[in-house]
Amino acid sequence: MPPPSPTSASACRGWADVTALDPLRLTARDAKRLLVDGEISSAELAKVYLDQIGAVESRVRAYILVTADNAAKYSTKVDREMQAMRGPLAGLPIAVKDNMVTEGVTTTCASKILRNYQPVYTATAVRQVWEDHVVMLGKTNLDEFAMGSSTENSSYQVTANPWDLSTVPGGSSGGSAAAVAAGETLWALGSDTGGSIRQPAALCGIVGMKPTYGAVSRYGLIAFASSLDQIGPLTRSVYDCALLLQHIAGRDLRDSTSVELPEPVALPTAERLDGLRVGVPSEYLAAGIEPGVRARFDETLARVEELGGACVEISLPHTEYALPAYYIIAPAEASANLARFDGVRYGYRCADPVDLRDLYERTRGEGFGPEVKRRIMIGTYALSAGYYDAYYGRAQKVRTMVRRDFDRAFGDVDLIASPTSPTVAFKAGSRTADPLAMYVSDICTIPVNLAGLPAISIPCGLSDGLPVGFQLIGPAFSENRILSAAHALEGTIGFDTAPAFRDSGAGDLGVGEEAAQ
Amino acid sequence: MNSHRGGAVEPGTGGASLRAWEPVIGLEMHVELDTQTKMFCGCAVAKGDDPNTHTCPVCLAHPGALPVVNRRAVEYAARIALALHCTVQPRNIFHRKNYFYPDLPKAYQISQYDEPLATAGWFEYWVAGENLRCRINRVHMEEDAAKLIHAGGDTGRIAGSDYSMVDFNRGGTPLIEIVTEPDIPSPEAAREFLQQLRNLVVELGVSECNMEEGQIRWDANISIRPEGSEDLGTRTELKNMNSFRYLQQALDAEIPRQIEILEAGGTIDLETLHFDPDTGTTTPLRSKEEAHDYRYFPEPDLVPLEIDPAWVEELRATQPELPAARVERFTTVYGLSRADATVLGSSGALAGFYEEVVAAGVGAKPAANWTMGEYLAHLNAVGLEAGHGHVTAERLARLVKLVEEGTVSTSAGKEVFAHMIEERDEPEAMIEKHGLGQISDSAELEAIVAEVVAANPAQAEQYRGGKQQIIGFFVGQVMKASGGRANPKVVNDLLRRALDA
Repeated sequence: MPPPSPTSASACRGWADVTALDPLRLTARDAKRLLVDGEISSAELAKVYLDQIGAVESRVRAYILVTADNAAKYSTKVDREMQAMRGPLAGLPIAVKDNMVTEGVTTTCASKILRNYQPVYTATAVRQVWEDHVVMLGKTNLDEFAMGSSTENSSYQVTANPWDLSTVPGGSSGGSAAAVAAGETLWALGSDTGGSIRQPAALCGIVGMKPTYGAVSRYGLIAFASSLDQIGPLTRSVYDCALLLQHIAGRDLRDSTSVELPEPVALPTAERLDGLRVGVPSEYLAAGIEPGVRARFDETLARVEELGGACVEISLPHTEYALPAYYIIAPAEASANLARFDGVRYGYRCADPVDLRDLYERTRGEGFGPEVKRRIMIGTYALSAGYYDAYYGRAQKVRTMVRRDFDRAFGDVDLIASPTSPTVAFKAGSRTADPLAMYVSDICTIPVNLAGLPAISIPCGLSDGLPVGFQLIGPAFSENRILSAAHALEGTIGFDTAPAFRDSGAGDLGVGEEAAQ
Repeated sequence: MNSHRGGAVEPGTGGASLRAWEPVIGLEMHVELDTQTKMFCGCAVAKGDDPNTHTCPVCLAHPGALPVVNRRAVEYAARIALALHCTVQPRNIFHRKNYFYPDLPKAYQISQYDEPLATAGWFEYWVAGENLRCRINRVHMEEDAAKLIHAGGDTGRIAGSDYSMVDFNRGGTPLIEIVTEPDIPSPEAAREFLQQLRNLVVELGVSECNMEEGQIRWDANISIRPEGSEDLGTRTELKNMNSFRYLQQALDAEIPRQIEILEAGGTIDLETLHFDPDTGTTTPLRSKEEAHDYRYFPEPDLVPLEIDPAWVEELRATQPELPAARVERFTTVYGLSRADATVLGSSGALAGFYEEVVAAGVGAKPAANWTMGEYLAHLNAVGLEAGHGHVTAERLARLVKLVEEGTVSTSAGKEVFAHMIEERDEPEAMIEKHGLGQISDSAELEAIVAEVVAANPAQAEQYRGGKQQIIGFFVGQVMKASGGRANPKVVNDLLRRALDA
């Protein structure tokens, strides 16, 4: 790209223009254009978000760690070395979910057991954006070890939904979703094991995508359930989602389960859906969908048809077994993945252990929160001799059947649509006493992880002033098809991503036990 | 108790029993592979370096790190599997074996479980002049644990130590496990099996199988049953042994223990035993009832390993010659007895040395005798491997040729060999220096013969009286008088002439 002409740079640069920028609405696409045109510097852009963090973070609590100094320093460096550093993402700020390891930057996974943990390497997906000279603003809150649907399971703090501060942002990537929604970052990276990108994106009124399993390297993503985890973008627009995905997708020699996408991620331009067949699984609409969510969903289906697409009812008959199967497989893998946290090589260690066994038991007893312990126990039990076939073995069979349901459906339709979450954001504290009620939050997203498929959630309107998410699921590696369709729909929906920051009260926002830093 | 076949063992005590028992032994071997890097990460496999200098996020199990399979380790494991006539499976998968121990930083070992690398093979080995075949159940791949060093005690064992240290250099070293069927009929056969299997692995070039460094270690399962029975009795397990001698001793000790229990009407407990070489007895280590539940499940961080059959064929075609094939070749090409061919052919280094001696122009049989005799004794005495040291195959060949030509006698030749070792010199120079050349000169020998005949008139009379075989006595006397240098053939002729005169 040519350097900006001197006139435009001198005419347009300056604080007057920057303060006119609206962090609640600015997309990465526009921010990049402003940077390239020289209308704003990277340092100024970083400051927009750092200022917004200063203004709203005390109410939103999206970040476990804000790396303000680094962001200021690095963005200045990008400005100074713009010639060497100009890449498609150079100078754009980002927030990273705190379950991706970042060398030299504390990474906690929102767990006490990793308090003050300083990773010695950087996750591949994060390294890729760093190498593109993206400016990291900080590490965002999550449910401890990504286990949860509300970000209330964080050991450090409870994040609020910027649309209504008394409600949850969803989870487990609630910090990333809330930070994007609150204008505390331009965009963010999250991870999705059973809906952990899409559900908080839906509840916070932004775009979130879980790519096909293997599309993005998991190297450096602190594992929850290895066969389900996948990193993906949380953004303010579908275009931004594609742009970020472009830069994190691909085969990584350090992750044996990663693959090269059969076709590169394309930046979406579609405005029509002519000829697109969209299946609507009756099982997803059968139970528990709030009327307001259902109404927005139906309106969006109507838009699909207005744009030239066709909606047909389909059946995914094994849907009802997906949730129980997920709650065997994910904890089983987690029980092994979390066994390494023993207080010996890194992380939290209990005080004054009397012997090794005491050290192990108290470190883990004190370091893990209740939901994590619950899942370790469920998973250990499910894998135990005598129970394996009845639980883990059967869950794997269900997984195969769920996958076949999708395979069969995609013989007839191009994409599958559903609400992302059966409800809008719920009150903080309203489901914490009932794990099963919390687990149901992910009923529409979990089957997608079991099948390893790509899916996106885009905002499709409000219900009672809270955002509703519309999910599009595609066959493996159909990211471009999903992004195109989502882009066309986004254009007709015209959702305003700026949240109200209202507080309807009666939510239990009791801040987590302690602060991270 | 050393009978290896039809291993009927007479009851140990009192001879009151009417039944004879036979042991049934199975082995499980672990072999560390000599790859450059570890099984699932790029850290060097290096022995003897400072502790914890070959580590990375993967082998230290830092959060988020993922394993990647070492292709060379798969190749090495497949080479072992092929040498054991196993079927290398086109699809095999890794499992997580979960257990909590300080030497295992992930708290699970990546191993293989129900879909291993290779299955259903056999290994033929040689015991006291007989070929035995043992079926191989499976060959699978896994990673070694880190090394624990127990400090502050007297024994180096965990009991009694003040504290323990972990060296993660070894953690993640590629390890293969070879599991046999219970086909081994005696403790001696078990020892032979292991020694010959170790030779095989060494020759494949995939592991040096250094015993002191624990590169090869094994467990043995043993049960007994009435002779001729096809049923298997309850077994006990001898864990983590690394000495061939102790293995045989331990099994030798375990058989009468089991017999005694069964004959007293008792039952064998399925348990792990520890062998104490000092007392020569086996004692229970831990009961199998307390055994871990390893909660195996497929390793989700690794995709199933798809092995191209064409690649397997490529490996098969490039396998080095293995001991069994070489023993066979030595019997046909060199006309050696099976026993000699086994001694010479089972180790690649010795076989190579032998073939060099032959190639230097020595007959196959004398070359075999000298290589297995003087040379092997020398190797054993000084602890050298064949081909090392200053006695080269070429030097030995020259000595053997001098013996064959009659320049030195066989006995003097042995003396020459001793001097060659001691003085690090050529055979010719040693013969010269120590005056060991054979005396074939009739004139010189005639004088000695005359002396000997004169000195033993009684024996001379016996000879003349028809006791021809007493000639041997005279030959011996002449040899003695000549310092072993007399040419026996010439001496024989001269003696007959003198005595018949």
